[in-house]
Amino acid sequence: MSTATHQAPIQVSPDPSVTPVPFSRLLRVELRKLVDTRAGFWLLTAIGLITVAVIVVFLFVADPDQLTFVNFVGATATPQSILLPVLGILAVTAEWSQRTGLVTFTLEPSRIRIAVAKLVAVTLVGLLAVVVALGVAALSNLAGMAFMDGAGSWNVGAANVRDFFAVQLIGIVQGFAFGMLLMNTAAAIVLYYVIPIAWTVLFSMVGSLESAAPWLDVNTAMAPAFEQQTFQGGDWAHLAVSGTIWVLLPLALGLLRLLHREVKSA
Amino acid sequence: MITVEELSKRYGAHQSVDRVSFQAQPGSVTGFLGPNGAGKSTTMRMMTGLTPPSAGRSTILGVPYAELPNPGRHVGVLLDASAQHNGRTGREILRLGATVMGLRRQRVDEMLQIVGLSGDEGDRRVGNYSLGMRQRLGIAHALLGDPQVLILDEPANGLDPAGIHWMRGLLKSFADRGGTVLLSSHLLHEIEVIADHLVVIGRGVIVADGSKAELLNAAGTLVRALDPDALARCLDVSGYTYQTSPDGAYVVDATREQIATATAQHGVVVTELRGADGAGLEDMFLQLTAEDAREKVTA
Repeated sequence: MSTATHQAPIQVSPDPSVTPVPFSRLLRVELRKLVDTRAGFWLLTAIGLITVAVIVVFLFVADPDQLTFVNFVGATATPQSILLPVLGILAVTAEWSQRTGLVTFTLEPSRIRIAVAKLVAVTLVGLLAVVVALGVAALSNLAGMAFMDGAGSWNVGAANVRDFFAVQLIGIVQGFAFGMLLMNTAAAIVLYYVIPIAWTVLFSMVGSLESAAPWLDVNTAMAPAFEQQTFQGGDWAHLAVSGTIWVLLPLALGLLRLLHREVKSA
Repeated sequence: MITVEELSKRYGAHQSVDRVSFQAQPGSVTGFLGPNGAGKSTTMRMMTGLTPPSAGRSTILGVPYAELPNPGRHVGVLLDASAQHNGRTGREILRLGATVMGLRRQRVDEMLQIVGLSGDEGDRRVGNYSLGMRQRLGIAHALLGDPQVLILDEPANGLDPAGIHWMRGLLKSFADRGGTVLLSSHLLHEIEVIADHLVVIGRGVIVADGSKAELLNAAGTLVRALDPDALARCLDVSGYTYQTSPDGAYVVDATREQIATATAQHGVVVTELRGADGAGLEDMFLQLTAEDAREKVTA
């Protein structure tokens, strides 16, 4: 007649008061994971120290009339463009090489959310590195004027700064994409550094390919930024094509691989 | 509560897990037992969304794992205690977990205390941890979100006897509070002392599933007599089937009462009479292990 005598069933449904993990917490964790290991900590420290060192060296070796803000900033471009992508690579490959993916992907089963959190995290650190470079360059420019009789020109266009950010971000996202696609630290780092060398060799050997270089090689496409020129119309087209081949395509394939890959401990 | 239905995983031509179904009930510890390579870990990875199954489904608290909101708050998972970044400290690893799950900071210290990784050990990098310490950290991580369900793959590996005793108490009290525990092992004796319910897997197929009492009693009764031949005659006359063990004991398909009655009637002096203590389960398990071992030799 009545259900009053029925035993209360043991709870077999998830506690309704528990809400999904917000993206902000995933991002915080991924940012923290970039710095809480020795490898991550020293990589970031190295990026910071090398940025400062390069600028200081430039301060002492450059001719006084070369000591301008834009040149100081330019001096940091090469070392940062070499090291920042490694950060992007490690952010992904550590989940596999250290097998932490077992924990990461059980606490957040949506792999795409983890991937986006990682990408945003490395991008933020990349932006921060560039901001630090700009700050140190500005201080050095002041020091140049005060002590080295430097020209001290602040003549830097918004376009220079924009391109500078663009170049470093392309590099870090490319590293991230390579890491995601290969899921192996050594392979990703080697390929990241070997491919531009291979391109250079190829283009110098096959003369007819030279005009195609900026379309096929993202480093050639980015070259103007390293020569303190700003990207013009044609350069953007080069970047769009070579960036699609070497950044967006690996990123898309890497995401696809991540979504379907089995997360194993061995 | 964990429900696994017809879960299968095929790698190329190899059927690693073949239509595995079982349940783990709230308020009890379910042991998932099988030799190495039987498909335990693959099954557990499929249950936690890490390995896509070829067929079948599984739910936790009635929901597929991937659809649990903030899964760490519902299910504590430990699949491999060594799968941690060696460069992080134990405390840091718990802190990352606590951040994802949205827990307060003190929870990390509480868990380190509970699993016996005192302050100093918590601040060491896990690269310097023994396997036993990693297991303790892994269990701390699994319990961090105060879940209702635990899924632990070989958690006793590397623990010393005191550690195993400690873990047994921890899991028992977790189950007594209404929690569901599934833990795997390849050692029968290790799991026998902890589990209430046993699911045995061999070569990807469930070969036994029942309460520990059922599975152990199914093995029959062990009896020993002063005159083994007289005992054999007595058992033959009474119509009980039996097996002889090398040390002169008989394992009989009958209850102790039945055997006591029969031997009393025939005047056979009995020196030992007891349940066979899972000898049948052990035999089955040894057979599974031996078959797999042979397979490895010929492979």
